[in-house]
Amino acid sequence: MRIVWLLCWLWASGAFAAAPVLTQVVPGQRLNFPADFGAHPDYRTEWWYATGWLTTPDNKPLGFQVTFFRVTTASDSANTSHFAPRQLIIAHAALSDPALGHLQHDQKSARAGFGLAYANVGNTDVKLDRWTLKRGADGVYQTRIRGREFSFDLRLTPSQPPMLQGDHGYSRKGPEPGQASYYYSEPQLRVSGTVTRNGKPVTVSGSAWLDHEWSTRYMDARAVGWDWVGANLADGGALMAFQMRRADGSPLWAHASLRDAHGKTTEFDGAAVQFKPRRYWRSPRTGARYPVAMELRTGSLVWRLMPLQDDQELDSRLSTGAVYWEGATTLTRDGQPAGRGYLELTGYAGAMKL
Amino acid sequence: MGWGKLNRWLVWGEWRAYPLRALTAVLAIALGVALGFAIDLINSAAYNEFSAAARSLAGQADLEVRGTQPTFDERVYPMLATRAGVAQASPMLELEASVPGQTSALKIIGVDVLRAASMTPDLVGVAAADKPFDTLADDAIFLSPAAMAWLNTRVGQQIQLRAGSRVVSLRVAGGLVRARTGQRLGVMDIGAAQWRFNRVGQLSRVALKLTEGVNLLAFKQALANDLQGRLQVLQSADETSRSASLSRAYRVNLNVLALVALFTGAFLVFSTQALSVIRRRSQFALLRVMGVTRAQLLRQVALEGGLLGALGAALGIAGGYALAATALRFFGADLGGGYFPGVQPTLQFAPISAGVFFALGLAVALLGSAVPAWEAARAPAAQALKSGSEETALNRLATPWPALGLMAIGGVLTLAPPIGNLPIPGYIAVALLLIGGIALMPRLVGLVFQALQGVPTRRPLVMLVLSRLANAPGQAAIALGGVLASFSLMVAMAIMVASFRVSVDDWLAQVLPADVYIRSAASGNTAALALAEQAQIAGTPGIARVDFLRLSQLNLDPARPAVALIARNVDVSTAERVLPLVQAVAVPADRVPIWVSEAMVDLYGFTPGKTVRLPLVGQWRAVVVAGVWRDYARQFGAIQMRLGDYRRLTGDTAVNDAGLWLHAGTTPAQAIARLKALPFGAALEYAEPGEIRAVSLKIFDRSFAVTYLLEAVAIVIGLFGVAATFSAQILARAKAFGMLRHIGVTRRQVLAILAAEGGLLTLMGMAVGFVLGWVISLILVFVVNPQSFHWRMQLHVPWGLLATVAAALLLAAVLTALIAGRSALSGSVVRAVKEDW
Repeated sequence: MRIVWLLCWLWASGAFAAAPVLTQVVPGQRLNFPADFGAHPDYRTEWWYATGWLTTPDNKPLGFQVTFFRVTTASDSANTSHFAPRQLIIAHAALSDPALGHLQHDQKSARAGFGLAYANVGNTDVKLDRWTLKRGADGVYQTRIRGREFSFDLRLTPSQPPMLQGDHGYSRKGPEPGQASYYYSEPQLRVSGTVTRNGKPVTVSGSAWLDHEWSTRYMDARAVGWDWVGANLADGGALMAFQMRRADGSPLWAHASLRDAHGKTTEFDGAAVQFKPRRYWRSPRTGARYPVAMELRTGSLVWRLMPLQDDQELDSRLSTGAVYWEGATTLTRDGQPAGRGYLELTGYAGAMKL
Repeated sequence: MGWGKLNRWLVWGEWRAYPLRALTAVLAIALGVALGFAIDLINSAAYNEFSAAARSLAGQADLEVRGTQPTFDERVYPMLATRAGVAQASPMLELEASVPGQTSALKIIGVDVLRAASMTPDLVGVAAADKPFDTLADDAIFLSPAAMAWLNTRVGQQIQLRAGSRVVSLRVAGGLVRARTGQRLGVMDIGAAQWRFNRVGQLSRVALKLTEGVNLLAFKQALANDLQGRLQVLQSADETSRSASLSRAYRVNLNVLALVALFTGAFLVFSTQALSVIRRRSQFALLRVMGVTRAQLLRQVALEGGLLGALGAALGIAGGYALAATALRFFGADLGGGYFPGVQPTLQFAPISAGVFFALGLAVALLGSAVPAWEAARAPAAQALKSGSEETALNRLATPWPALGLMAIGGVLTLAPPIGNLPIPGYIAVALLLIGGIALMPRLVGLVFQALQGVPTRRPLVMLVLSRLANAPGQAAIALGGVLASFSLMVAMAIMVASFRVSVDDWLAQVLPADVYIRSAASGNTAALALAEQAQIAGTPGIARVDFLRLSQLNLDPARPAVALIARNVDVSTAERVLPLVQAVAVPADRVPIWVSEAMVDLYGFTPGKTVRLPLVGQWRAVVVAGVWRDYARQFGAIQMRLGDYRRLTGDTAVNDAGLWLHAGTTPAQAIARLKALPFGAALEYAEPGEIRAVSLKIFDRSFAVTYLLEAVAIVIGLFGVAATFSAQILARAKAFGMLRHIGVTRRQVLAILAAEGGLLTLMGMAVGFVLGWVISLILVFVVNPQSFHWRMQLHVPWGLLATVAAALLLAAVLTALIAGRSALSGSVVRAVKEDW
């Protein structure tokens, strides 16, 4: 579930004469791997979104997030310039260290072209200058980020097959059939690599979750934001849940999937998925109030979500133009630790209204 | 009575007695200082504004890579972006977009906003809140406030710009809030700019930000080595120095003119002080007798001069500031020179420069008082106490050797090469000739009028005039100095400008041989004619022959302004028919010939017959200099090559201009009407040679407007000098006139004597001034101009103008003498002689 819809909406506002015709997301179309690991330039937006929990050598937890967005613009197809901004590549990266008390994050954006920024088809292979995310033939992802305050080189090794979200990868986001995306996740990725801060590289290991999602028409006009969580469960299972919210906070659309360690998936729709705020945190920078601690019900299961730290707000007004909360979160069930994942809260800051 | 009080008393007494003279000296110094300071202020304001604008365009970038031509292949960009040590690379396409109906172009920078945002934030357009992606839109442009005002448009409206032979319409999507006042600039998406203006695949520059810790100079050197001169690596300081060198020669020349005014001021202080000392000889002698030491007397006279200088310099600083403000407002930053387009500088008081000019004014005044002060202190008291010993005071000036020595040194200096590309030795030679000429005046006056005295005459008044002039040449010469200085400079400037203008006029006739000229646009580099359009023009009935011309720019040296590259049809064997050749050599048929302007020889050593390399489209091409031609249009150099060679070497088949030869029976008007009927014809600009010539000469005159102004100021100062010296002399000679009245000479006759004296002296001054001015003009024409602007010209003396000015000066001098005489004779005859008891 991600933030880029903002871009698309604006992009469609008609700055261009002869915009390219985009493909719509339709149900019943099966995902085709490995091609679908790669980019889908015929759809308006696409993202690869890796989040996870790392452990440092001194046994401290560290959250990380890497996101590469691809946006097909409405650029005039008659424009023969190699600089014509047909595709934009945007990347966010963040580290969440409770010892610091807030997120460290960085962002980049560029038009695709000249081999400097691209999202290749065929397999996951995204690049923005010196930031890369690439899936090898063996299925292992390598990502490299060179930020101002931090750098990291991580290797994400799958331990399970991809988890197709919704109806075999067709994931509805709203009441209308076109409001949907193709969406699969790679949960329970084993992470190894190094994180460098203040010039000091540190070896880390942990687990991560990767989402890959592409769509052309994503969100209902009545929705102002969403809550999303993706978590690797301690027992080897994986949980994904989201709800689209109206302006008054009521859910417009919700869905959840739970895959157990044996690969058996349970889908939850509509009223079966409920997010209940338990504690709010107000950002001193933007004044936005986020429900950083939540109770999530999926059918009869009740999960409690607790943030690694309260301040995991990400101000990306320089690239995607949005302010949101994206944070490492622990899950408990019946008071017992159940897993670790990431919670995303959008549409809470006034700045979301563009 | 203390010496300090006496000091004050002496100074004040002198000034109160002769306020006009003191005032004139003060004003002269003030004018010189004001002119110098104003020119300096205007130049530094323009220069600062220009560099600030350049810096704002360069932003945070450490280095900039530019082509040798206006654009280069964009494939360089990813190479630079991925080079080790580069943190960020921002590609840019710079255009001078031709605007229909406007004579100047709009600078447009195509940027990748996502790359430019952090490096050159000034180049990020402010999009409307509901259209944030207009910065990437391919139909949008962001305009600076000055550009919006100039094009009379606002956000939401469309503007029309020329691309090739067509017109592109762009939507004004927003402003550039950080553009500088007066800066005309448009910013659009780089992809859109490439596409809309037919520049796909081309960039103008790539700005680089280096990774922290990378050694800038080492990186620059290594990159420059790798690029092998096909592209240039610049720091923003290089850009500033380039823009500085653009106008340096022009600025220095203006400053020299200001110094001339100051020099005339110095001379006025000298004449004021000299005459005042002479007149007070007996007063000073008395003081000496009363026990005042020589040193004290020396200080006294120096103090008087210093006070005049300080007063004048202070007035000059204030006046200069006011003058600069006025000139900036009415003439623009380049004073009509055209060096700083699109810049609207704000005036800022410059303390250092103010200090320098104040000191200069003061020093000049002290210098002017030095000789009189020394003379006052040196004179033997007993001799000086006697009446009528004034002339002995000036005997020293009659020695011709120092003056001749100065002139000889000046003559030798004209042979010296320029210093730092500036004709400093030439200017020093001019100054030495002037000083020498003035110093030689007493001797000359004495010689000439003594010779005239030998001519037998029976009219006593004539005898009186001639004997006076022959026997008191020192005082006469001082009166003359002002006339001499201003007239000789006027003559020199007039001859120089006239020579230049006549040469330019002849040259224009030579370079405009066709019947009709067409241009794709009045300015800018986005309008052009493609091959098909060229064929349509050539095929228009009534047109016998077309000479197409491609004009572009070539950067041969990062520190210098670009040279013009002109491609046209030139027949090697008859090159002189289309080019104003001054030199030609034979070139083997298998080599590519080029013809270079004189500046290319001076600046780049492109001598005839030499094989040189030109960086064209990223490759070094060997060409041979087949000839040198005269070019008054581009002082930084121009290269002409054959259109066929140019097309073969660059692949660029477009042209900007064309000269048309018509069949007999077709009038230019008919041809223009037929061309206008072509599909692209209405957008072109048409001109007949006569119109181009008229416009060119108008531009020429405008660029010399400031020179004319300074010249006029020099003459006015000279006249001030004449007036001041005459009145001083006449007052000093009140006794003599009183005596003449006693022996029966009428008041009218005395006035006639004065008028004759004034007229003759001025005539003499003008005669010498003309000779001196003519010599100085030779230096200006044959030394200073070639060294500053790298063009040469034939000498042409504007007799009519010189005669008019001479007559006016003569009339003014006679009138001045009469007015001064009337006031001197207004006192009672008895009182005038009473002093001489």
